[in-house]
Amino acid sequence: MKNIQSTEYAIETKSLFIFYGSFAAVSEVNIKIAKQKITAIIGPSGCGKSTLLRSFNRMNDFVPTSYVTGEILLHGQNLYNTDIDPVEVRRKIGMVFQKPNPFPKSIYENIAWGARINGFKGNMDELVEQSLRSAALWDEVKDKLKQSAYELSGGQQQRLCIARTIAIQPEIILMDEPASALDPISTLRIEELMQELKKKYTIIIVTHNMQQAARVSEYTAMMMISREGQRSGTVIEFDDTKKIFTNPKDKRTEDYVTGRFG
Amino acid sequence: MNSSNTYYPEGASFRSALNTRYRVASMWQMIFFSALLIAIISLTALLYNVIDGAFGYIAFDYKKDPATFSATPLPDLKKDELLTILKDHLSAGAYNKLDNEQPMLKRSQADLYSLFMERLIQIDTKQTWSLTESILHGAEIRAEVAKDYPGAKLEFRSWLTPQFLVSPMSSRAEFAGVRTAVLGSLWLVGIALLFAMPIGIGAAIYLQEYAPRNLLTRIIQTNINNLAGVPSIVYGMLGLAIFVRVLEPFTSGRLFGVTDSNGRTILSAGLTMGVLVLPLIIINAQEAIKAVPDSLRQAAYGVGATKWQTVWHHVLPNAIAGILTGSILALSRALGETAPLIIVGASTFISIDPNSPFSKFTALPIQIYQWTTRAQSEFHAIAAGAIIVLMVLLLTLNATAILLRNRFQRKY
Repeated sequence: MKNIQSTEYAIETKSLFIFYGSFAAVSEVNIKIAKQKITAIIGPSGCGKSTLLRSFNRMNDFVPTSYVTGEILLHGQNLYNTDIDPVEVRRKIGMVFQKPNPFPKSIYENIAWGARINGFKGNMDELVEQSLRSAALWDEVKDKLKQSAYELSGGQQQRLCIARTIAIQPEIILMDEPASALDPISTLRIEELMQELKKKYTIIIVTHNMQQAARVSEYTAMMMISREGQRSGTVIEFDDTKKIFTNPKDKRTEDYVTGRFG
Repeated sequence: MNSSNTYYPEGASFRSALNTRYRVASMWQMIFFSALLIAIISLTALLYNVIDGAFGYIAFDYKKDPATFSATPLPDLKKDELLTILKDHLSAGAYNKLDNEQPMLKRSQADLYSLFMERLIQIDTKQTWSLTESILHGAEIRAEVAKDYPGAKLEFRSWLTPQFLVSPMSSRAEFAGVRTAVLGSLWLVGIALLFAMPIGIGAAIYLQEYAPRNLLTRIIQTNINNLAGVPSIVYGMLGLAIFVRVLEPFTSGRLFGVTDSNGRTILSAGLTMGVLVLPLIIINAQEAIKAVPDSLRQAAYGVGATKWQTVWHHVLPNAIAGILTGSILALSRALGETAPLIIVGASTFISIDPNSPFSKFTALPIQIYQWTTRAQSEFHAIAAGAIIVLMVLLLTLNATAILLRNRFQRKY
């Protein structure tokens, strides 16, 4: 993949459709994700938010029968071109999952493993420390790096997963409801961390929590089932978060963000 | 309308309905408990039966008086004395044959002593009794022996002795042992393990992690599941046709310069056992791999791992406990199988230890089967002893499986 830093957009989709077999789970998505900003994807359950997010780093490839049409452009290059290796895509576009899923290894190894398999040649100890500092976890774990990651609390585990992701220095971090399994205090810490991280990384977050979207993001994409009967989700409105929450153009968005939706 | 009392019983009628519910519940509890009880009784009966046969009184006589060979009392005979006696009284042919099997000078005193007892004095067993009979009717047995077999000796004997474990097969039950059979069984399980474990685990990894989810994979999967239930005698037929006959140059060792054997070798039998346990190992390994949560795979892919790195660094280390446990349990089935070995051609009488994959062989289940079909009651006693040996081997394997599981098990 070429490293062109010219566009102000980190990622851009052009008439993107995502299919599971003959079923279009997501249809006709045209959005431009701004660089080093936080973009939230909101919408009711089953509207294809996670599917859309996972298409950005080709995690949907693991679902048999799934395929996309249209384009997802990173630096002007379609991620689904046949000459693009999905492993390379995931190296550039990291992901944090809904449930914290550290490796059943030591805290140190959780970070070192991803770096090692990607051929990291620098000082591993430094990388581990720096990644943990960036994820605001260093002070809590610096004395127990050799302990199992499973001994950490849920919130710490999720920050470890974020540290693991930034250790391989991606350009974009995808977050799939990263705080939905956490208590309010841990959630707050993750949100604060996101504000720090966006100085270096582009963040796309899927969330069910509208206050969270309003709190953390600059841009919001509102997704919804497009036409009744077809059950295919699409982005019905994409704008500044402020606008989405205070002055949405679409009636459905307004109903949803004000809690009046069905 | 008082809706709260319309549809639900209240007061006395509620309590009577509740009592009925408790009665039904306790009835089912009793049924489940009886099921457990029947299972426990069956197992206890099995254990009792085996142990009952392996110990008990034996009435016997010496065919020749020990005094005709030596003036020294029997158990005090020295090694050189025994050697002289054996050399003097055995025919030259018999002595040379023994010497060829294992040089007489290198044999232990215990070995020579049992040869002396077996070949020269020759115990003549009159009758044997089970453990229960021996304990409950000791006095009657003594009276009976005194009346029916005057001059015979009565001894309480454990048929399961250290000597029994290290002695080879013999035509006299009193001197026979399971050494050849135990070694044969270990060789078999070892060959089956070397053959089936790598192939089985490899196939399981491919099916679980790589194979596309299509019709062909489903057909293969269904067939593997069915193969696990195919009667073992069918595998015996397969082993006979493929390993004994078609691959004879290989399994007889002719390709490797072994000349004195046909295809009915321990290698053929071990490979047959390997094929027999292969579907079990595949299924068990698949289950273990399936139990590794998908979130772990996604975590690995999420940091840019390839499929192979994900499988090698995360899936396998987390599945290894289940894979090993499943494989060992599958091998313990191989240890107990009899039918395929009979078809592949286990030797019925063999006293030479197996020392290469191309040896003739026997195995514990074969030995047990053979001894139980003999008419003399002393053979039934050593069969019971051999069953205990087999069960201890099985328990050891299963205990190893549990230890490995506890050692490697990880929590998510």
